[in-house]
Amino acid sequence: MSGSLRLESVRIAIGAGTLIASLDLDVAPGECVTLMGPSGCGKSTLLAYISGALDPAFRATGRILIGSVDITALPPEARQVGILFQDDLLFPHMSVAGNLAFALPAVVRDRAVRRAHIEQALAEADLAGFGERDPATLSGGQRARVALMRTLLAGPKALLLDEPFNKLDIALRGEFRRFVFEHVARRELPMLLVTHDEADALEGGRVIRLTELC
Amino acid sequence: MDDPHGRRMGAAIHEVTAANARRGARSSLAWAPFLTVGALLLPIAAGFLGTLLPAFGYLPALGGAHFNLSPWRALVAYPGFATSVVTTLCIGIATSLLAVAVAVGFCAFASGRPRVARWLGARGGWLSPLLSTPHSAIAIGFAFLVAPSGWIARGVSPWLTGWTLPPDIATVGDATGWTLVLGLLLKEVPFLVLMIIVALHQVPVERSLAIARSLGYRRSHAWLKVVLPQIHPQLRLPIYAVIAFSLSVVDVALILGPANPPTLSVLAVRWFTDADIQSYFPAAAGAILQTLLVISVIALWFGAERCAAWAGRNWIARGDRRGLLAPAAGFAAALACGMFALAALATIAMGIWSFAAQWRFPDAWPQAWSLATWSRHLPELLAPFVNTMAIGVCATAIALVLVAACLENESRRHVRAGNAALWTLYVPLLIPQVAFLFGAQVLLVRLDFDGTFAAVVWAHLVFVLPYLFLVLAEPWRALDPRFARTAAGLGASRTRAFFRVKLPILSRPIAAACAIAFAVSVGQYLATLFAGNGRVPTLTTEAVTLAAGADRRVIGIYAFAQSTLPLLAYVAAAGLPAILFRNRRGITT
Repeated sequence: MSGSLRLESVRIAIGAGTLIASLDLDVAPGECVTLMGPSGCGKSTLLAYISGALDPAFRATGRILIGSVDITALPPEARQVGILFQDDLLFPHMSVAGNLAFALPAVVRDRAVRRAHIEQALAEADLAGFGERDPATLSGGQRARVALMRTLLAGPKALLLDEPFNKLDIALRGEFRRFVFEHVARRELPMLLVTHDEADALEGGRVIRLTELC
Repeated sequence: MDDPHGRRMGAAIHEVTAANARRGARSSLAWAPFLTVGALLLPIAAGFLGTLLPAFGYLPALGGAHFNLSPWRALVAYPGFATSVVTTLCIGIATSLLAVAVAVGFCAFASGRPRVARWLGARGGWLSPLLSTPHSAIAIGFAFLVAPSGWIARGVSPWLTGWTLPPDIATVGDATGWTLVLGLLLKEVPFLVLMIIVALHQVPVERSLAIARSLGYRRSHAWLKVVLPQIHPQLRLPIYAVIAFSLSVVDVALILGPANPPTLSVLAVRWFTDADIQSYFPAAAGAILQTLLVISVIALWFGAERCAAWAGRNWIARGDRRGLLAPAAGFAAALACGMFALAALATIAMGIWSFAAQWRFPDAWPQAWSLATWSRHLPELLAPFVNTMAIGVCATAIALVLVAACLENESRRHVRAGNAALWTLYVPLLIPQVAFLFGAQVLLVRLDFDGTFAAVVWAHLVFVLPYLFLVLAEPWRALDPRFARTAAGLGASRTRAFFRVKLPILSRPIAAACAIAFAVSVGQYLATLFAGNGRVPTLTTEAVTLAAGADRRVIGIYAFAQSTLPLLAYVAAAGLPAILFRNRRGITT
């Protein structure tokens, strides 16, 4: 359905120091590549670069492609790269359904169809009937699931995960991890996961240690 | 750990902290909130009553022994009454709508643009000089710019317009009030921008925007849909204050507003100060009507807010990523920058006039420069200057003691002043000044206290205190409580911990808050006029009085002095902590 996420000789530097010397990476649709490394080694900076939100203090060169489309110069909103942080960042002024509707593209115009999409997303997240709830009344695991569904509803071409399991307690972690991998695999999206916990990586998936690059 | 000395010391520390905890139950600062609220509300309540009673004919001192409606009949019978009310409403509503739209648009545009953000700084950076300049000084400078013989006309004459004489058009004081609206916007837009910046500290702006942008929303568009609704609750009271101010402003309306009929507040002031003391009754009725206008417009705004929120929710849920929102924000940002530039020009224009020897009409610059105006008027400038300084310093010092005591009381008792306290602070900013200052004056005359220095300081305190509290509360509450606990653990009493630990750490925000408070005091016109009964002239009262028709060079001197004084306070506020703690990088909060 979508192309692979490709990084070509990406180099990120700040001041006189180099964070990432040269990174080439090809993440196939449906594949999850895990980036690991100690804090400060540039994992989150790399994700910011891919999503287009890199702080101007950094200097980055290289190319980012999804399929055959070069997105390097595009503004974040035009990249179709979904991102999930360790905080769910559900917008507190909107209901759960409001958060999902915000993400659903306006191409879907008919009100009933929009509602159906949102109902389906809620059902997939095991949260049927939670639409009108205030996000603040949900549990941590529920909020994390809504955040993922929100990201997916926008129809991204690739997904970046910035330590999304970090704030969840141990029991919830495994559950949410499975939930994420299952949904992303179903949509055949290339996925890049940043973490410092070995257990977060997809079993049998590729793991890249950024220390080797720094 | 086994040595007895250490154990004894540990026990001593334990005793000290236990004693502190006991004292916390009945804090020695429990008086602070009551005294503060009293200092604020007592004069307002008494003053409002002193206006309300004469509005219905009751003021025995002036022969009004019975309640009746004749003040209202006199008010309505005034030839320009209807026009005055309509103009007041139009000016107030137009100013509020435009100020909110431009400030919000500017912030939406500036969001996510690191360069603009750095320019604005954490607490408004370069906005400070604009915020510190008194309303009346900006208004006087703006009048210099837009008058038929003003700088703008000079800039385009005669090469573009062919004017060799000032054109016969009404700009300053035009009947529709547009000049007044613009003049007010020059101050209200920076104020709202600052309020938005402060509110943004409490919301994860960057990450909210990152999420919204990864979902396909453009920067300004994302800000309006995702950030604005989150900070809106904190903006509500500042916006109401802008509405109240725009509807009931006196000094700026005297300088820029329509004259015949004037806006309602100005009409009330005119009657209150009329030689015929019987005019006091319709004046009181006008002031009460002014209050009703403010309440009605705020209620209207509240309703409109609700409708807008409902429409906004539906609009957000449609998921539309396109639209004219982003360009509209860009347009608003351009307008805002134009206003900042106009305000800066206005300030510069005043300074230039004060040094002009001769400046004939179409010339863009004075033909000759001179210090003559300054040297001629310097002696008479001295008394207002000293008054302004003394009143400002006293009002700020008293306000600081009260606010620091309130905030320290809060942190000692682990409580936080709630919504009611916030509304209390806003009362002086929401109730029209005309509605309580006159009543307060009557009261002061009764107590034989009017025209005294202390009365003016108290009147200023009513307006200085809220600003000082609003500015200082956030950094004070954000201070890590473990600093005080550590000090206690080292055996320091609470008083010692307060003076030796907390105050120095907070020196920067305290200095900044004091500068703002001082600027507020310098800018007070009506409060000075009425509590001082005209006997305590300040730079602001003199400047506003002169603005009615004196030599521009002389007005320039007063307006220049009036806007320089708060600016110096800002410079001092920025410099003093920096000098005191020049080797301490940690003192930045």
